[in-house]
Amino acid sequence: MEQTVVREKGELQAQLQARPGGWRGFVADWSSDQRAFKEVPWGKAMMWIFLLSDTFVFSCFLISYMTVRMSTVVPWPNPSEVFALTIGGAEVPLILIAIMTFVLISSSGTMAMAVNFAYRRDRVRSARLMLATAALGATFVGMQAFEWTKLIHEGVRPWGNPWGAAQFGSSFFMITGFHGTHVTFGVIFLLITARKVLRGDYDHGARGFFTSRRGNYESVEIMGLYWHFVDLVWVFIFALFYLW
Amino acid sequence: MAQTHASEGQGHSIRLYLVTWVWLFILSACSYLVDYLHLQGHLRWSLILLFMMLKAGLIVAIFMHMAWEHLALVYAILVPPLVVFVFVGIMAYESDYTLITRQIAFAMGH
Repeated sequence: MEQTVVREKGELQAQLQARPGGWRGFVADWSSDQRAFKEVPWGKAMMWIFLLSDTFVFSCFLISYMTVRMSTVVPWPNPSEVFALTIGGAEVPLILIAIMTFVLISSSGTMAMAVNFAYRRDRVRSARLMLATAALGATFVGMQAFEWTKLIHEGVRPWGNPWGAAQFGSSFFMITGFHGTHVTFGVIFLLITARKVLRGDYDHGARGFFTSRRGNYESVEIMGLYWHFVDLVWVFIFALFYLW
Repeated sequence: MAQTHASEGQGHSIRLYLVTWVWLFILSACSYLVDYLHLQGHLRWSLILLFMMLKAGLIVAIFMHMAWEHLALVYAILVPPLVVFVFVGIMAYESDYTLITRQIAFAMGH
């Protein structure tokens, strides 16, 4: 059994070394038996496929928003004014959303570096950066809660608002609510992953509490993929919902 | 194998991430300025979409390491979302129709 595994590993290694690059590599990978994603850890490939499906979910939300906005005969509320804050007596348009954008981009930056330090086995730095990412993510959710509270006080509901098309509220709550939920789950999993890294679970091959399987530092990169995706979705929401 | 992958694929310097980060800040500031300066019409929409695509590209290519993945994975992930544009087209066409029927119906007082 052990020998078969070793021989298979050797064969895989030999195949990989003979693997062509570019378009030929693309065709060779997809036409080969069993594994199309060679040299890609299983968990990472599966996370990418999950993110692809999540892309479709968010696309559906944004397309429904486009559909209701294009087909309404009532003017759409101007997001620039709706999301303005009064700072020092002056109306600053979209300022909270701009700050939220910078916070989320910064969290993506710290996450990218956390992944890098994890592969260098710098556990303390990696965990600290992940905790910083989680803190920035929690800040983002906090600001979103503030924004929701402000809009609800001003009379925005899923079925109507004081400024124009009724569909504004339903689109807003659905899209930002679903995105905020993603951020919240990301923060929870960041804290779990940071704790595992800090304890050295991936060095000792400790078994996970949920799947009872041994993890490794690829988990940090997979966590990173999810987190960057949340940032990526925000880029589209910011452009299409808040700026359009 | 995980070891070799790690040493091959993840040997980027921290500087690369910092440069990407700075660029994302600049692009976000630019898209915010589009609103702040009250740009309107085609200029506004084309700039919003341009900054959006540049930011999305940087995040996927560098932060998500797509630039260093094999084409087999890159195409499996990046090609299917293109179909979304077909959906966008269908729904835009549908919305136009809904808008016209609403305008006609409301004008006739029904």
